[in-house]
Amino acid sequence: MRAAQAKPAGAGRIVRLAGRLLGGVLVHGFLLAGAAFMLLPFVWMLVTSIKPPDEIFTATLSFWPKQFYGYENYSFALTSAPLLRFALNGVLICACILVVQLLVAIPCGYALAKLRFPGRQTLFVLTLLALAIPVQVPALPLYIALADLGLLNTYFAIMVPFFLSVFAIFLLRQFFKGFPDDIIQAARLDGMSEFEIVWRIVTPSAWPAIAAFAVFSIVAHWNDLYWPLIVISDVKLAPPPLGMMFFADAETGSNYGALTAAATILTAPLVVAFLFARRRFIDGITMTGVK
Amino acid sequence: MSTLSLARAPAGRRAFGGRQALIEKLTGIGFATPAIILLLLIDLVPLGVLGVLSFTDYELGGTDAKYVGLANFSKAMADPVFRRSMWNTLLYVAIVLPGSVGLGLLVAILVHGRKRTRSFYEMVYFLPVTATLIAMATVWQFLLHPKLGPVNAFLRLIGAGEYAFLSEPSLALPTLAVIGMWQLIGFNMVLFLAGLSSIPKDLYEAAEIDGCANGIDRFLTITWPLLGPMTMFVIVTTSITAFKIFDTVAVMTRGGPMGSSEVLLYAIYLEGFQYFHTAYAAALTVIFLAFILAFAVIQAFVLDRRVHY
Repeated sequence: MRAAQAKPAGAGRIVRLAGRLLGGVLVHGFLLAGAAFMLLPFVWMLVTSIKPPDEIFTATLSFWPKQFYGYENYSFALTSAPLLRFALNGVLICACILVVQLLVAIPCGYALAKLRFPGRQTLFVLTLLALAIPVQVPALPLYIALADLGLLNTYFAIMVPFFLSVFAIFLLRQFFKGFPDDIIQAARLDGMSEFEIVWRIVTPSAWPAIAAFAVFSIVAHWNDLYWPLIVISDVKLAPPPLGMMFFADAETGSNYGALTAAATILTAPLVVAFLFARRRFIDGITMTGVK
Repeated sequence: MSTLSLARAPAGRRAFGGRQALIEKLTGIGFATPAIILLLLIDLVPLGVLGVLSFTDYELGGTDAKYVGLANFSKAMADPVFRRSMWNTLLYVAIVLPGSVGLGLLVAILVHGRKRTRSFYEMVYFLPVTATLIAMATVWQFLLHPKLGPVNAFLRLIGAGEYAFLSEPSLALPTLAVIGMWQLIGFNMVLFLAGLSSIPKDLYEAAEIDGCANGIDRFLTITWPLLGPMTMFVIVTTSITAFKIFDTVAVMTRGGPMGSSEVLLYAIYLEGFQYFHTAYAAALTVIFLAFILAFAVIQAFVLDRRVHY
């Protein structure tokens, strides 16, 4: 079709070719400039984390360090703040939240999709309403309750508002709705209990949805600051963002070598995971929009 | 196995039905119970308590509280800090929204046309979405440092002078907005890419035959109209995310300089969890919730339209 349209004259063809080439250069030029802006903080973080203080404080635009100071910066960061502890806290908190979210949401999503029971419609509407409410809204009453119970400064306090993911319920309900009724009916007639049906037949089929939700949940809670900032003042319990904040405060923001080293250590787990499982990450984080 | 069971099913269905319905009812309720309990404890009861608190003068640690009507809300209307926070939050949304939606769309369209380099660009632009914003905020602080930061070193090099991006009142909020865009562009790009790939290729070929030869024509006649619902969706989600700005303010400016970067969630955080003006913070949270729900209603409306498209 394109060939049919092209003028027989050779000159016109060359003009078009040159135009396309110019277009390509412009597009790539724009995209690369944007990419540089996106990468700038990451690159500068890595480079600064291996620079000695005197090179950081001479405010010239030198990119690569003349003297390698990475060992000093990283070991200073690791010894002056429990960075690995922060990362472990992050792993523990994300894992517990995810497990409870799934244990609660899978049966509920199945019940909403496949079982008739009184109040089903009300529950579904409430789920949709709760979908719109961010944690900042119930934060005050939850804080008062946790303070009354003496539970501030515990792992439980960090995790409890997120045990229910209405988003997971909604997502799994949509997914389970597409599961064939015949198979469930057959399993029932074979004498399987509803409990077995949920966990042994329906859940394995929902693996893509569960994996996508896991990415979404882990990224959200690894990076969450607002709620941990409210309920945690004990440095030892801090998840990565709060730990980073404590560390930055303690360093009064001047030791940039150590600060960027700490930032690298706390950002690395998710970024590395992203680089390895790019498709899953993009699908997981954006599925709210696409599904 | 299943064929045999299916063959048996019709005969026994009637007798089976009543019992089955009862089992379904009971298991349904049983399966939903943990979620219902958590929904009550985490969302519904706190929401009720929040509403009640906003009409009282309760302060954390105090033993009694009395009903004060709308006093907290009228206090908010007169409170310069709250008014400034509200204004700054809306201003922040007004900068981040067009910037991150517009650039997200532009990048998506350009990336969509690439073949070999597409996944490279996708990865680079999406990278900030996964990064821990608090850690990256510290890096940004260094990048933008008036004396030590490379951004100012570069500006001095080209003779553009030196800017205290985070301590100059007129620059602080726009600077935070640029960082907000840095994190959102990749997210919006991916949503737009999903929208673009759902547009059938032959539409473009048909348009080319009809004389829509250049890219801008094609964009205006096909891409933009078909991308409409996705664009609305991206606008709403971006508005909600931008409206919830907190992290960069808490780490980089703490509302300063001179209140120029005070935002709504930061004001709520200070009132509720630093000064313990619990009832007043509850009233501010109710106002915050009103905005979020307004966005959610628009979103529900948009999603509904998407389904019928």
